[in-house]
Amino acid sequence: MDKMPKWADIVLIPLISLFLAAFFSALVILAIGENPIEALKLMVDGALMRSAGWGYTLYYATNFIFTGLAVSVAFHARLFNIGGEGQAMLGGLGVALACLYIDWPHWSLAILGASVGAACFGALWALIPAYLQAKRGSHIVITTIMFNFIAAAILNYVLVELLRPVGAMDPASAKFPEAVHLPTFQDMFSTEGSKLFRGAPANVTFFLALAACVIVWLLMWRTKLGYQIRAFGHSESGALYAGISPVRITVIAMLISGALAGMMSVNTTMGESERLILNSTEGAGFIGIAVALMGRNHPFGVLLAAILFGFLYQGGAELALWTSIPRELIVVIQALVILFTGALDNMVREPLEKLFIAMRRRNA
Amino acid sequence: MTAPAIELKGISKAFGPVQANKDISISVQPGTIHGIIGENGAGKSTLMSILYGFYKADAGEIFIKGQKTLIPDSQAAIRAGIGMVFQHFKLVENFTVLENIILGAEHGAMLNSSLGNARKELKHLAEEYGLNVNPDEVIENLSVGHQQRVEILKALYRKAEILILDEPTGVLTPAEADQLFRILDRLREEGKTIILITHKLREIMEYTDTVSVMRRGEMTATVKTAETSPEHLAELMVGRKVLLRVDKTPSEPGATVLDIKGLRVVDEAGVERVKGIDLTVRAGEIVGIAGVAGNGQSELLEVLGGFADGTGTITMNGESLPLSGHGADGQARRAAGISHVPEDRQREGLIMEFAAWENTVFGYHHSPEIQNGLLMDNKGIYTEAEAKMQRFDVRPPDPKLAAKNFSGGNQQKIVLAREIERNPDLLLIGQPTRGVDIGAIEFIHQQVVNLRDQGKAILLVSVELEEILSLADRVVVMFDGHITGERDAAHTNEKELGLLMAGITDTSAVANGNGGNENSTQEVPADG
Repeated sequence: MDKMPKWADIVLIPLISLFLAAFFSALVILAIGENPIEALKLMVDGALMRSAGWGYTLYYATNFIFTGLAVSVAFHARLFNIGGEGQAMLGGLGVALACLYIDWPHWSLAILGASVGAACFGALWALIPAYLQAKRGSHIVITTIMFNFIAAAILNYVLVELLRPVGAMDPASAKFPEAVHLPTFQDMFSTEGSKLFRGAPANVTFFLALAACVIVWLLMWRTKLGYQIRAFGHSESGALYAGISPVRITVIAMLISGALAGMMSVNTTMGESERLILNSTEGAGFIGIAVALMGRNHPFGVLLAAILFGFLYQGGAELALWTSIPRELIVVIQALVILFTGALDNMVREPLEKLFIAMRRRNA
Repeated sequence: MTAPAIELKGISKAFGPVQANKDISISVQPGTIHGIIGENGAGKSTLMSILYGFYKADAGEIFIKGQKTLIPDSQAAIRAGIGMVFQHFKLVENFTVLENIILGAEHGAMLNSSLGNARKELKHLAEEYGLNVNPDEVIENLSVGHQQRVEILKALYRKAEILILDEPTGVLTPAEADQLFRILDRLREEGKTIILITHKLREIMEYTDTVSVMRRGEMTATVKTAETSPEHLAELMVGRKVLLRVDKTPSEPGATVLDIKGLRVVDEAGVERVKGIDLTVRAGEIVGIAGVAGNGQSELLEVLGGFADGTGTITMNGESLPLSGHGADGQARRAAGISHVPEDRQREGLIMEFAAWENTVFGYHHSPEIQNGLLMDNKGIYTEAEAKMQRFDVRPPDPKLAAKNFSGGNQQKIVLAREIERNPDLLLIGQPTRGVDIGAIEFIHQQVVNLRDQGKAILLVSVELEEILSLADRVVVMFDGHITGERDAAHTNEKELGLLMAGITDTSAVANGNGGNENSTQEVPADG
């Protein structure tokens, strides 16, 4: 018998955790002499009350969906992929190559081509740590972290030495051709009378991210492969008994994970900057870990958590813009959210379980 | 009458909605061996954990020698003269016997004086109770039986008057078990009180003075052992009449299904665990492999099941099976007609976090009949799982429940349902009833016999001699990676197999018809 109803597990616990995180964030804001209520109002206003705010929130959320899904797929195979950042960076390279060197007739084809490029490069970057883990037992946490640095160095080299247009000063590729510019929310949803999502970077990639959620859900819970990945993740000895090859599953799960992380770059590189720049990932690979943690490794949970973190990102930017609260404070708030939803999960869970059991006994 | 050594009055303990102990009262006379018997999850261990201060009872009182005693922690239990020998020993493997004995009972900052005192005390105890162990030997070099003695010595060193033993014979050879019971007898003579927790009816019948039966958290009866019978106890445990013997006809073996020649297995640490064995299993027979755990039986099953490498030849229905590399995995073995109920259902046979319905296709997830295009036919699997659970009487019959939420016996039924209904040519079955309650044992044994009667070959590995004797048609004994003997199950006994299990191949003294007379009550194995 489960200790408490499913809705409490999925909805109530994250909400309580979030509330606790908000409470402690408020204390921190008070401590630096600002008004937490004002700060919250500003964040909500800036991120959720205007369509442009949503445009930013969903833009960030798109990144976090991809990296969150990436972490969660690997996590189902009990692999901790910390390398989303590096995989996304190289995914950006795949996007850039696809956009710069192939003559696309229309953006709809280009986004597919760029996605394939991003996925391939991201997957490739996950393949090496996966192989080392599967065959040599090199711990995937260590290798993926190292590969983040190698990816950054490679990207730096490629941008400075190879992709930088002649005469340009900054380490970035040439602008992508007009034909591959993705429609933004502003292009898609504005009408004659009212301009919506003005200037916001959210673009059609968001729908690609939603599709990725559905596909990952189907993959993990409706296919043989997902069944094998989850079985392996729960019990390696069980997998061996069932004839599921640990090497094969480790490599496949990491390839999928890397591909998803790489696809994040479709949003940033093709959708927003429209050229490959250094550090377009902005730490989204790491936020993906928190998103997967909070989303309980389920695509729907990842979607909600990604939107929440999108809100924190955008709201935080607003805070930095309009108050003397420093931008770094938002990192503190994010850390508190991660702390309470991830690391301190049991702190909320255990009393709640006891409460439900006590209630059930009284009713019985 | 003297005051009871221990008296419990109205002990209750609940874990969440589960009432593990319900108003339990029991009184144990000093200088007796008192057995506590019950199925898994009946609440035996919970009760003993309360007595040893691991759990706090929700209600009830404990009296030691007539004195009301509070036992908030294990230190208090030790002070009250209670010693506990756990099923899984709590010894520091790389310490010596002496160091383990004083652990937690050191006096002063320096160890020397404690060690010296302990050495003297240990010598004294050894003489008094016949508990001989070299005090300077490191634990990991000791046999399991001797490690258990160290646990007993630890308790006695702490002046225990009441000794609780939790399933003490689970890991012992029959000979070691005999020695243990001789020691316990001696302790009883010296006035110690012993509480023996076990699920083996034979031990209860042979060695205890009184026995208490627990069922579903309640103490259903306390009776004098002399006035009861195994059948009666089993009925008290399960709540209905139980068939203790396996009901089967003599086997009618057909063609050879499995033929093993010169099989060797080297484990990951480079130790050779199976040292060249030859073995055949024919259609329509159950071959039982007896042996103390760790003598190569597990490795044999692993190679046959396709998750360990070996050398030698194995032919299945006349076709040679690869023993390493590609084509030697669990999938290939299943394709060759081998089903496998693994020894450890929780680590291997099931994914504990998966729902029961997902587990009913575990290992067969590639089967074409459960695919629906690119996706798995989850609805079909679910419906079939429901039917399977009905047929194998899995309780509760809820396919949505995670495997970890079923009792051991019902988990085993899920594995059995999956493996048996694949209609294999050969069924490998390891420890089929480990941690399974009596009621389910009866059912599981019947299923295995039914499969045999359909003309299938069955290779059974079990460390329970009684199970081997009652279920197998032919018994093969393994010791140290070798086969030390093969006997017809109908014409051998525990003594003979016990010698073979200890590596002694000259069994003429105890073979049936020669020395079996003294053991005549044991010829028909009770318990399943």
